[in-house]
Amino acid sequence: MTVLSDRQQLSYIAAQAADARLNVELETEGMTLNIGPQHPATHGTLRIIAHLDGEQVVWAEPSCGYMHRGYEKLTEVRTFPQVTTLINRIDWLGSFANEVPFILAAEKLMEIEAPPRAQYIRTILFELSRIANVSLFLGDLGVQMGAITPVFLAFRDREYVLNLIEGATGGRFHPNFDRIGGLKDDLPKGWIDETRQVMRKLRGFCDEIEDLLFGNEIFQSRMRGIGVIPADVAKSFGLSGANARASGIDWDLRRDQVLPMAWDKVDFKVWTHPDGDCFARCWIRLQETREATKIVDQLLDDLPPGPVMAKVPRIIKVPAGEAWVATENPLGEMGYYVVSKGDLGPFRVKIRSASFNNISVVPWVLKGVYVPDIITILASLYFILGDIDR
Amino acid sequence: MGLVDRGRMPAPLSKLFNMGRSYSMWVYQWGLACCAIEMGAAFGSPRYDVMRLGVIPLPASPRQADLVVISGTVTDKMAPAIKRLYEQMPEPKYVISMGSCANCGGPYWDSYSVTKGVDQIIPVDIYVPGCPPRPEALLEGVVLLQQRIKMEDMAAKWRGDEFTPMPSSKRAQERAAARREAIEANREPIVVGGGPIE
Repeated sequence: MTVLSDRQQLSYIAAQAADARLNVELETEGMTLNIGPQHPATHGTLRIIAHLDGEQVVWAEPSCGYMHRGYEKLTEVRTFPQVTTLINRIDWLGSFANEVPFILAAEKLMEIEAPPRAQYIRTILFELSRIANVSLFLGDLGVQMGAITPVFLAFRDREYVLNLIEGATGGRFHPNFDRIGGLKDDLPKGWIDETRQVMRKLRGFCDEIEDLLFGNEIFQSRMRGIGVIPADVAKSFGLSGANARASGIDWDLRRDQVLPMAWDKVDFKVWTHPDGDCFARCWIRLQETREATKIVDQLLDDLPPGPVMAKVPRIIKVPAGEAWVATENPLGEMGYYVVSKGDLGPFRVKIRSASFNNISVVPWVLKGVYVPDIITILASLYFILGDIDR
Repeated sequence: MGLVDRGRMPAPLSKLFNMGRSYSMWVYQWGLACCAIEMGAAFGSPRYDVMRLGVIPLPASPRQADLVVISGTVTDKMAPAIKRLYEQMPEPKYVISMGSCANCGGPYWDSYSVTKGVDQIIPVDIYVPGCPPRPEALLEGVVLLQQRIKMEDMAAKWRGDEFTPMPSSKRAQERAAARREAIEANREPIVVGGGPIE
């Protein structure tokens, strides 16, 4: 050890003290960033409490319940036909798709089946509501990345689909068209030709969005490699729908289960992506919109003739029993567990909605990301608040 | 604006200000549920372009807004946030309640967690019924609010009173009555393109 003079020792101590002071000054304190409860990026009223260290998220916690309307309790005081009015409003972008699993569960308990024409029309309207749902997502995605043009395109082309749904069912947003045993009405005159034209327009919309957004360099650099969810994590958090398929899980309830619907009559591709990042999730949804237009076209080609309503009693009493039916909704797996005691209304309904499970991965996936990526990841996970809180 | 502070407002000035206010409204979109999508269609889509009515739907914060559209279900957990939003807005401020849920609870009238009407928390100027209302209905609500602002007594609004129409002079009342009579007298329908009705 070298012997230091007093002066050297003093300067050494002074330098150490200066260093320590600098370290104290540079040390960043934790900061809590509150996003929501009303924020355009959250598709409604989700609140995210993010604890930051500098620009990085240490941990984030979603706080839901701002849209809790108590569906499961309300269904207990409604009759079976009245329940569809309520459950339309769970996932408000794809309303018709919410009705189908509940009606199928009630039909399963009553041991009746809708006639083939009703099954086909149900499937067509189901896919149309998927298109209405996902096309708005594709436009909204641009807004959250800072591009405002795609949302105008999405609203323009979504109107065509809403017009179709309104033409067939009478409701622009909440059709309430499904009945136990079939449908309220047949399709109106000229609807099929119009639908074919609109499907062509929507394939054009998908191409437009693919050029405008997905081919954009800035978009790709903000999306690729951000918010990666591996397959095992996706499985353990119970992700479903496009979020699971983007992680490489080849699982689609339309193909993998037998239901009295018309999906087994058509051939369509279930897209998967190995990456599991934000880009993969958005890309899967774009491809699904394309597949949905093709499914509608195929179903319109061989729409069977016949009645749209099976024979059901005037006053519907569902026999005692329990039934679980799940379908592949625009957001993922949506299922109803219906318990009936033989009354006019259900005794208990458990609603499994896709978004609630999909956002359960948010604390895991937001750990360690930068602040601008929070919005990207939330946008790509795609949830709807009514579907989370119910 | 010393005149306004003292609670007096000359009618011509009031008219001028009211016209300016009604055609430059900044709307804060408080989207909550299904109605938020229809509000987005009304405010953000090319088909129902709202900016042609003199309404700008893009303020960055409620502190810059004149009008707020409460669209969707208000739950008891959300209610304090809405109260706070209203208090952040500068006077004069207006509220449109859009959809059955915000008006009265709608399909959740017997739910344990839904506030039955946003008018329990904040005063509402225009109610737009429907579940959800069509975008056209919201646009009509905006137009009705503009008509209301045009005939509003600004001094009363400034004092914090409820909506009061502008006090009109005797001459203005006579002119309005004459106009009504003229309209009553000329009940002949207008034919587009001219010519008599066959």
